[in-house]
Amino acid sequence: MTTIVTDNCKGCRFTDCVTVCPVSCFHYDDEMLYIDPDVCIDCSACIPECPVQAIYEGDDIPEDKEHWIAINAERAPNLPVCEDKMDPLPGAEERKAELGF
Amino acid sequence: MSNVGTPDNPLRVAIVGSGPSGFYATEALLKSDASVRIDMLERLPCPFGLVRSGVAPDHQKLKQAIQLYDKIAQSDGFSFLGNVTVGHDLSVDELKQSHHAIIFACGAESDRKLNIPGEDLKGSHTATEFVGWYNGHPDYRDREFDLSHPNAVIIGQGNVAADVSRILSKTTDELKHTDIAEHALAVLSESKIRDIYVIGRRGPAQAKFTPKELREFGELDDCDPVVNAEDLALNSESQIELEDKSNAGNAKVYKLFNEFSQRTPSGKNKRCHFMFLLSPLELIGKNRLEKVRLEKNQLTGEPFNQSAIGTGEITEIDTGILFRSIGYRGIAITGVPFDERRGIFPNNDGRIIDDGNIVPQLYTAGWIKRGPTGIIGTNRADSVATVESLLNDLHNSTFDNAKNGADFLIPLLETRNVRYVTYPEWMKIDTVEIKQGQEKGKPREKFTRIEEMLNILD
Ligand SMILES: Cc1cc2nc3c(=O)[nH]c(=O)nc-3n(C[C@H](O)[C@H](O)[C@H](O)COP(=O)(O)OP(=O)(O)OC[C@H]3O[C@@H](n4cnc5c(N)ncnc54)[C@H](O)[C@@H]3O)c2cc1C
Ligand code: SF4
Ligand code: SF4
Repeated sequence: MTTIVTDNCKGCRFTDCVTVCPVSCFHYDDEMLYIDPDVCIDCSACIPECPVQAIYEGDDIPEDKEHWIAINAERAPNLPVCEDKMDPLPGAEERKAELGF
Repeated sequence: MSNVGTPDNPLRVAIVGSGPSGFYATEALLKSDASVRIDMLERLPCPFGLVRSGVAPDHQKLKQAIQLYDKIAQSDGFSFLGNVTVGHDLSVDELKQSHHAIIFACGAESDRKLNIPGEDLKGSHTATEFVGWYNGHPDYRDREFDLSHPNAVIIGQGNVAADVSRILSKTTDELKHTDIAEHALAVLSESKIRDIYVIGRRGPAQAKFTPKELREFGELDDCDPVVNAEDLALNSESQIELEDKSNAGNAKVYKLFNEFSQRTPSGKNKRCHFMFLLSPLELIGKNRLEKVRLEKNQLTGEPFNQSAIGTGEITEIDTGILFRSIGYRGIAITGVPFDERRGIFPNNDGRIIDDGNIVPQLYTAGWIKRGPTGIIGTNRADSVATVESLLNDLHNSTFDNAKNGADFLIPLLETRNVRYVTYPEWMKIDTVEIKQGQEKGKPREKFTRIEEMLNILD
């Protein structure tokens, strides 16, 4: 079982998810966030917080997003931890509207 | 300007309660620019609140949050005083003398009542008692649960109700490698329960389960989930609710109910029935619980604001045991304002208030601050907000004088013969628990009596 961030997060990086993560396992690059599967406790706290529904839990990952499991696992450990709320990326609101949220 | 919060005169904060909210408040304080000393007071010798004694034993991964709390507890500037009950062993007035600020993070340890006739019959229990019992909480060590009747009824459809139902639905094999308390496993392995009825006041679109907790009922070794397809009919308001994009969780839950309703039972020994739009009216029995009388409800009101009202149609379920899981309430502490109606400490952004006025020095976080909602992580954002209020007050020089912290409290505890437990002492208890677990193939075997924990220290 793994919880992952997927492409909806790209270009917006609202960090509502981070504030409720009990173990601070989100990491970030310039584009989006990733979850470190070795630290995440699969508590699902972050899932309902994400305004663009970018986060999925293990049993619920759509087939076309399955490759994100490996992407999260590879990238997260090499990136800085995101512990607190950050400013959304420029254009985040537009992107959110574009995604239909 | 006061110099509180500088290395010469550190900000001294007492935190009452060692659950998630206490630890996240600690984390936020230690991360701040101020120089801070924290003394955490906990009524049990063991820390971690409901992560230890609420979160289900078969959800071990969630308990890994403890690894973070353990790291926080070993930071400079932190001390733990376990086996100390605030309001009993130490008064709030004494904490005001020893510390600049006190954060109450003491959870919501009492239950809401159904307020119906028969509620106190033998066989009628709170989910809290049962959860505390199977998780080895010393308060509930000697509770007795009679699992000899083939039916059990759970009132409520949130995650605590799911935990109770799942523990009753699982086989001994599914539980024996968890950290479930030994005494509970022994009783559960003799259980005669075959049918578990999980009753919700509102409809399948309003059940409070998370999809993940519900999904587990489809994957049990010896229990089939049962949902009646007719019970899944929705009024138009509920349809609107489920179609709303912001309500993805409930839509998933409804989809799972739908999937359960289409399964042909595979003939497993137990069945867990999810039933909706029913409210208990009365618990009936001569000397002990024999049946529960329920009234059928219908929903009225706007989408997302529908409430259940009785239709007058009555049904009954025979049962020997009932657990109510309809919410928690905090417990008042002398010297702290209490909101009787909501069962919380009234507050503005974590500052405790009395009749609308801020009470200096007193703060609150977690379930006792906002009521018993939200999961472990929810308390992180919540505690961060309280600490922000506290640090703002510090910057506005609300605090004066130097305080002595635990150095002031320890002599009081000693004269009162309170055997307080330090963090290194807890670590000894922890090591022994893990060792006794290993011998049985469990992650730990908890001590379930306070004396047993203290005995290994002296
Ligand atoms: C049965 C159950 C199952 C749950 N399962 C999950 C789950 O699967 N996933 C999830 O994320 N969340 C779960 N939760 C929710 C989670 O446990 C809570 O959100 C969280 O524990 C609340 O934290 P808290 O610090 O406010 O309170 P608590 O965890 O209750 O901590 C309060 C602490 O204060 C101490 N205390 C109380 N009074 C005093 C006093 N007077 N003096 C000193 N100390 C005192 C208590 O002993 C306790 O240690 C569950 C809750 C319950 C009840
Ligand atoms: S809340 Fe959603 S969009 Fe925002 S950072 Fe988290 S995963 Fe990305
Ligand atoms: S599931 Fe829980 S632990 Fe994992 S990333 Fe989300 S909030 Fe953090």
